[in-house]
Amino acid sequence: MRRFVIIAILLGAFTFPAGAVNPSEMLKDPVLELRAREISKHLRCVVCQNQSIDDSDATLARDLRVLVRDRLMTGASDTEVIDYVVSRYGDFVLLKPPFKLATMVLWFGPGLILLLALLAMVNFYRRQQRTARAATPPPLSDDERQRFDDLMKDDAP
Amino acid sequence: MKKRLLYLLPPLIFVVLAVFFAVGLTKDPRKLPNMLKGKPVPEFALKPIKNRDDKGFASTDLNGGVSLVNVFGSWCVACRIEHPFLMEIKRAGRVPIHGIDWREEDPDAGPKWLIKHGDPYTLVGDDPNSKAAIAFGVTGAPETFIVDKAGVVRFKYVGPLNPKIWDTTIQPVLDELGKGGL
Repeated sequence: MRRFVIIAILLGAFTFPAGAVNPSEMLKDPVLELRAREISKHLRCVVCQNQSIDDSDATLARDLRVLVRDRLMTGASDTEVIDYVVSRYGDFVLLKPPFKLATMVLWFGPGLILLLALLAMVNFYRRQQRTARAATPPPLSDDERQRFDDLMKDDAP
Repeated sequence: MKKRLLYLLPPLIFVVLAVFFAVGLTKDPRKLPNMLKGKPVPEFALKPIKNRDDKGFASTDLNGGVSLVNVFGSWCVACRIEHPFLMEIKRAGRVPIHGIDWREEDPDAGPKWLIKHGDPYTLVGDDPNSKAAIAFGVTGAPETFIVDKAGVVRFKYVGPLNPKIWDTTIQPVLDELGKGGL
């Protein structure tokens, strides 16, 4: 029984998510097929929008998968295939937004906000330290020290 | 005084962000930009559907006159809603409409649909595997493109057409192209 469980777990370790690719869509050439899968994973399904065409069951996603494979078969490079789809649907189909002027805010925004927050934090703690230092009372004068010692003496049993 | 102004900064940032996101929320994420605007129609050559004696529909058919290209399917509920209005445009003879019969599982379904509800199209092409639809950047049916007489895509409308949308979005473009007055 235990051996069976171990084998089952080991077998499970060798599986991988299948996506929505139908076996009949797959290319015979494993290298091309792998490239097609990689491209498909980065293209958004325009029907379901939050899935890649590799994951989506939508018919249009299927047709796009087939188109990607057709283009690869004719010898197109990965970027040529992706550029074609982008030329039809816009940057939106790329699950990872491209790096350009219009997407600067997207790429740098979070880092910029983090930097601002860090600056604000440093500023806050520095100021707190300064006020803490300012709040420390000046040392006792000789007179005060004398009175303090007297008071302490009185309290002694 | 300077400090006072600093206190105003967070609410100010909030207001700016709120406006930014509020505007973003009014946009429909289903509506993708028209990538073909100002570009020649993509190349395609579609086979005819049954019961029509034309030669199908190809990109070369779009040279020579202003026309509409309407992507439809018998499976598409919104197309059924749009359909009577397309018939009306045909009757008024405003502008020729060509049809792309998109993704019919059954090749008879499109022709049957047109016989049953009427056929507003000048030319119709069969697009069972989305070749033309993808080339046009179609995400769902119905979608309608305005093509000028040089074969350049001028406008795309996503969703069913109706008289109101026609008057506010399609007609102004047609007027600009000097075509389609009633």
